[in-house]
Amino acid sequence: MNPLVRTEALKLAFGGVVAADGIDFVLHEGERLAVIGANGAGKTTFINICTGFLKPTSGKVYFDGRDVTNLVPREIVRLGLGRSFQLPQLFLDHTVRQCLELAAAGRSNKLGWFAPLSAVVNAGEVDHALELVGMRERANDPASTLPEGQRKLLDVAMALMLKPKLLIMDEPTSGVASEDKHELMATVMRALEERKVTSWFVEHDVDIVSRYATRVAAWIAGKIAADGPPAQVMASPQVRREVLGIS
Amino acid sequence: MMMIRIGIAVAVAACLALGLAVPWIKTTVIVGVCYALAALGVTVLLRAGQISFGHAMYAIIAGYTVGFLARAFPQLDGLVLIFAGTLSSLLAGAVIGLFVVRYRGIFFGMLNLAISMVLYSLASKLFDITGGSDGLRITRPALLGYEFERAGFESAMLVLTLVCALVLGWWVQRYFKSAAGEALAGVKTNETRLEYLGLSTYRILWNGYVLSAGLVGLSGSLFAVVQGLVTPELGYWLRSGEFVFIAILGGASHVLGAFLGTFVFECVRLVAAAFLTGVWQMLLGITLIVVILTAPSGIAGLLRLHTIRVARQTA
Repeated sequence: MNPLVRTEALKLAFGGVVAADGIDFVLHEGERLAVIGANGAGKTTFINICTGFLKPTSGKVYFDGRDVTNLVPREIVRLGLGRSFQLPQLFLDHTVRQCLELAAAGRSNKLGWFAPLSAVVNAGEVDHALELVGMRERANDPASTLPEGQRKLLDVAMALMLKPKLLIMDEPTSGVASEDKHELMATVMRALEERKVTSWFVEHDVDIVSRYATRVAAWIAGKIAADGPPAQVMASPQVRREVLGIS
Repeated sequence: MMMIRIGIAVAVAACLALGLAVPWIKTTVIVGVCYALAALGVTVLLRAGQISFGHAMYAIIAGYTVGFLARAFPQLDGLVLIFAGTLSSLLAGAVIGLFVVRYRGIFFGMLNLAISMVLYSLASKLFDITGGSDGLRITRPALLGYEFERAGFESAMLVLTLVCALVLGWWVQRYFKSAAGEALAGVKTNETRLEYLGLSTYRILWNGYVLSAGLVGLSGSLFAVVQGLVTPELGYWLRSGEFVFIAILGGASHVLGAFLGTFVFECVRLVAAAFLTGVWQMLLGITLIVVILTAPSGIAGLLRLHTIRVARQTA
């Protein structure tokens, strides 16, 4: 399997707080990586560095074989990296359909000044995305009226409209009622499998991690403390003590 | 949609009929439409959540371009002057935009104001070049080769201004609904997501900024040609404030907002000036407060809500 993301000795400190402490990391095509760790361990910071939102103090980030350390988010996105956020990043004044249409227009990077937005994107593709995340009936509702779970799904669907090679999801189930989490993850994973997208998600729910990840990386104080198959990482005494809170 | 089209047709016909039947009103209507075009420019930025307190600078840039060209080349056609004035504002918008669209909110608004005040001061103080506060006189130009008398010239300008307003109003509304226009509205709600869709918010806002500069510039060109005079007052901050006032009053959800906002603004100003001389600004202020409290998305937003309600009731 080809390495999709690779980092070399990645470092970033905010004053005295070291958020990334010399991280060497590789993510291969086809993997489903779950990143676990306590709040403040550096999980989101690592995502922000890999997606160009933050620049590391030192070290390198490669995506699909290309050095992306100094690229801005939109340049990395154009190489095939999609991202969804802990707080869904939607266009709240737009309808659900328009959000997806804008994402489709973003992929082509051709923003026409004359033809209506709906006319320059493939309507079938937008319909399929709506179907995939079960939001066809809410297509014409403003995104601001969606409940949190559907906002998360729309956030993921917008990232998927870019046809990425890798989708990074930051806490896709946070803020969602516990009884809805599995349904949400099942929907997301179905969409990822259909499109053969490699995924990497940050998650606190151990059940979700055990069920949907093929690999787990545990973050502690800006470092990867354990990395491997879910059962192996979850059995690590340090992970049990410092991440899962089990003595 | 049909109601909007009928409304526009009636408004244009009324402007034409009124202008042609009552000669002294012609200039008032033209100036009103010029205000609406400038407010439309400010509305473009309002859709991106940005307010410029200095956009009248593009009216002054266009106006002085018309003035200088008319003085240097007296034989130039009025349409060429208007085109050149608008082009100069587009170019100025492209250059100034490179810098100001890096900023947001109050910084964006105040930077525009600062640049506009520099231009206003230059126009006021460089007497030998700009004529100072007396401004530049512009001899009435030919239009498409025809030399008009004053009445004929004003009638032709009325038609030209209305045609410009109709064509640009239609086109800008298409722009609002296009991919570029929807992305511009996305700048208001979520720049992060735009960047993570592979789009440059800088480029999107710059495009909108240049368009808005061009619209204000066109209004400045038309104004200069029809008045036969361009003075620094055209770029004063109070003028920019009036454009912002109209844009907020009208609302940014539809281009009609700029035109309806201008109509209400002019009516209030007219009535207030007649019956509340000396405190007419107070009446304008009260009107804006009432609109913000009762219809935060402006007159156009109010009409849009009404249309949605009617559509739901009939469905």
